[in-house]
Amino acid sequence: MSPNPLFEVKDLNVSYGRVHVLQDVNLAMGIEPLGLVGRNGMGKTTLVNAIAGMVPAQSGTIEFEGGNIANKEPHQVCRAGIGYVPQGRRIFPSLTVDEHFTMIKTKRDARWKKQDIYDLFPRLAERKKNGGGALSGGEQQMLAIGRALLTNPRLIVMDEPSEGLAPAIVDHLANVFRTLVSEGQAVLLVEQNLRFATELCDRILVMVNGQIAVDMTSDELVSSPETQSKYLGL
Amino acid sequence: MSKHEFQYSKRCKAGEMTQFLLITFNGLTLGAVYFLVASGLTLIFGLMRVITMAHGTSYLLGGYIGYVVVRETGNWILGALAASVGVGLLGLLIHQLLIRKFQDDDMRVALITLGLSLIGTDLMLAAFGGTATQVAIPKALQIGVELPLLGTYPLIRILLLLIAIGVGFGLWFFVNKTRYGAVVRAGVDDSQMTAATGINIKVVFAAIFAFGSALAGFAGVAGGSLFPLMPGQDGTYLLFSLVVVIAGGMGSIAGAAIGAGLVGLVSQFSLVYFPTYALVFTFALMVIVLAVRPQGLMGKATV
Repeated sequence: MSPNPLFEVKDLNVSYGRVHVLQDVNLAMGIEPLGLVGRNGMGKTTLVNAIAGMVPAQSGTIEFEGGNIANKEPHQVCRAGIGYVPQGRRIFPSLTVDEHFTMIKTKRDARWKKQDIYDLFPRLAERKKNGGGALSGGEQQMLAIGRALLTNPRLIVMDEPSEGLAPAIVDHLANVFRTLVSEGQAVLLVEQNLRFATELCDRILVMVNGQIAVDMTSDELVSSPETQSKYLGL
Repeated sequence: MSKHEFQYSKRCKAGEMTQFLLITFNGLTLGAVYFLVASGLTLIFGLMRVITMAHGTSYLLGGYIGYVVVRETGNWILGALAASVGVGLLGLLIHQLLIRKFQDDDMRVALITLGLSLIGTDLMLAAFGGTATQVAIPKALQIGVELPLLGTYPLIRILLLLIAIGVGFGLWFFVNKTRYGAVVRAGVDDSQMTAATGINIKVVFAAIFAFGSALAGFAGVAGGSLFPLMPGQDGTYLLFSLVVVIAGGMGSIAGAAIGAGLVGLVSQFSLVYFPTYALVFTFALMVIVLAVRPQGLMGKATV
């Protein structure tokens, strides 16, 4: 990894009341995609929410492009250049597909404008006028990814994008993911689906009980059933 | 039937027809005032789900500001503007100081705004006394227009109806067809996720609260030009606008318009034909609507 990472979490601690969910979490990444896997309840989503500014951090820093974004408001994190694709998609039911995009202001010379999103996901272009609640799970996931891309982030954080989707849709999302990565989009992929994560990211972190327990390449993790069974229960 | 009796009954029918139309028009113009008050409430309570009990007080304060400004300057438009801006700014201040922190705690917000409305009403009673006043209408508008079948009808009432329709279309367009309207609806669906798209949702909510208050202030001047302004009106208008917003469907501009029209018509017709039960019919309307359509006339089924 480069000596000056794009994104670095240092000694991050997050508690819900008396439950110490994240314990001195450290991770650093450049523009290469990074996968974060772990079983349910290990703190993956809490880490994502802390990054996105949705849960407060008790201590530690989250450095992004040189600035500390820990404990910033969600809109400040977004404006700093971090796009957020939440677990469960969190589509706005009162808005049409098109309104999800028109509500976000884009600069004229931005890489991602509304039409670029429709080019990336032609399915969404067909469903422009549909309400957010009337979409299938796959379409909702496309919409959530498109919405995050439209904020033109330097880093995009995806929380369980493959959750509950049919294999064909997951393959389609994998292709989109590769397209994004090939043009230099930095992605932090948080997943329960180990295969999806190892196919897309060369480097994988495993989270166990609120700590990063393993940091290895995808190949190492795939060829190490011991690590998988010890930390992922597979 | 003799010829004489026939002519008598014909004349009576024509009289009844005129009375019917007159009540209809009065009901619609009353509904126009209800709509102007309720339109602000449909933004604050219907859309944003902030339970304000001070909306009627905003109406009354707007009316009194308009009354004073029009008395001093003789300019009705200036009065309406001053009332909108004044009540809007006060709403912004109240939202920032007292409501923002507890926006998700309904009971607290209801009690805070109830307290504010009690204080506000008493302050206005001290300043303006308990007798009825009215916002002066420009001389040029104090005329009647000839309408077919109806005879002479006050121009100001017709203008008010047109203003309410204009405000209604403007609001509907804003909420449903503009980028800002989409931001507001997204913010109501999921404020955190809206913020995560780079929008400062706290500013949006503050602006909507101020705008809704400004509409109540404007409604005070418009309503105060037709009907008396006095202590007690605040409670009446709060109650009626709550009925309109709930029966019309939370957050729906079209629903508020239909609801306000219905409440206006029902209260005028019952006032003429069943005066003793006038209030009963208005609330019976809400009960029936909610029994048949719990989400309100134009409300969405899922909340």
